[in-house]
Amino acid sequence: MIFSQFTLSLITGIFIGGVAGYLGSLMIVKRMALVGGPLGHLALPGVALALLYHYNIFLGALLSIVIGAIVIWLLQIKSKLSLEALTGVVFAAGVALGFLILPLSQAEEALIGDITKIDLTDTLLAIFLGLIVFVIINRIYQKMILSGISEDLAKTERIDVKKYNLIYLICITLIVALEVKIVGTLLTVALLVIPASASNNFSRSLCLYSWGALLIGVVSTILGIFAFRFTGLPAGPLIILSAALIFLISLFFKK
Amino acid sequence: MEEDFILKVKNLRVILDGEKILNDLSFEIRRKEFFIILGPNGAGKTTLFKALLGLIPYQGEIVWTKENIKFGYLPERLSRSEFKKIPISVRDFYKFKESSEEKISKTLRSVGLEGEEILKKNPGDLSSGQFQRMLIGWALLGDPEVLFFDEPTTGIDIGGEKTIYSLLHKFWQERGLTILMITHEINIVYAYATNVLCLYKKGICMGPPREILTPQLLEKLYGNEVKFYIHKH
Repeated sequence: MIFSQFTLSLITGIFIGGVAGYLGSLMIVKRMALVGGPLGHLALPGVALALLYHYNIFLGALLSIVIGAIVIWLLQIKSKLSLEALTGVVFAAGVALGFLILPLSQAEEALIGDITKIDLTDTLLAIFLGLIVFVIINRIYQKMILSGISEDLAKTERIDVKKYNLIYLICITLIVALEVKIVGTLLTVALLVIPASASNNFSRSLCLYSWGALLIGVVSTILGIFAFRFTGLPAGPLIILSAALIFLISLFFKK
Repeated sequence: MEEDFILKVKNLRVILDGEKILNDLSFEIRRKEFFIILGPNGAGKTTLFKALLGLIPYQGEIVWTKENIKFGYLPERLSRSEFKKIPISVRDFYKFKESSEEKISKTLRSVGLEGEEILKKNPGDLSSGQFQRMLIGWALLGDPEVLFFDEPTTGIDIGGEKTIYSLLHKFWQERGLTILMITHEINIVYAYATNVLCLYKKGICMGPPREILTPQLLEKLYGNEVKFYIHKH
């Protein structure tokens, strides 16, 4: 093997952490930050199956999230309940199903991730999809912020708000599915929310804010993975705690 | 000869959440008009704007006589707090529409906002008068042909109101724009409007302000208390 397992996990972490932070900075403005939580949980049944039958966790997670999203969408057509309530129903059912499929003793990797299992395929996937999502989000960033401020203004500027919302949701789904390998299905929301929140405290302009979120995402993953190397504690929670620490520091810089 | 119309509306009907907001509305607007829409609250003025801008579904015909016409829009009550939650500067907000720094500064100057200081500020931290001017400037970016102003002086004190209206009138005179404006200020209607459309529950009326704004009509629109507005002029 050309790269050590540690290098692979570090590269994977940097790409996923950075893009998740960047994407998260948009989600906070659109007030959709918490969406990353239920989506991550929805991945559990797929991840459980992937672990049992030894296929790629990312694929399992992605498939399971997409099926979950379609079920929510169908239920929304059938019933008059809010999207929030339906998401609650579906993600809870998904988590329950996941635990039936996967014996609890084997659940740790699915719940909080395991970077020691990252192989070259995972790294290449993270680089490839991470770059694609980054470029897409970069191109729609201003349009999405404007539609977050006022949908009417965005539409007057002939921005196809529905189309961009769909593209954006697909990007979120991809990143959440990628995150599962690093931080597990329980903690996907953290990499989307914490770096962006910290960056919000540091910045006064959009440019600083979005790049800052990306940078903090990268730094937290690096810190977490190195902390894992020296302590042997699980990397996922260490990454999240590094991000949380940066957030605490950012509070002192609040403008 | 066909007159120089920019907009033709025929049998416009808007139904939102099962409620008929606009019914069978027909009117036309010529190029370079200062067109004011009057009417009591709930008469459908803002809804009419949104339909004309293509923001909501409608029945009937709305025909802009030029394709891909550029609009500038100042919505009613866009709140400063929306901006405060985001680390965004006035410069960032203007960059959504215009990349040239020079044009951005020029536009800000034309609405009476000057200096690097303003560009760096969060729009939510401006005073209500500055904020409204900043939004007017934003609407003017990109050289729109038609401007929509929905109660442009909401939340501004009387002195500030006057300057905002005279600013808009100045742009109208200098740039040959078509302006559509919703306002309750009868004085402004008399002073600036080339044509007025009044919307009220039982019907509509249209024409130049001095011809149609009779005391009887104003009473129909707003009730009794408006009378002294007319004498004031």
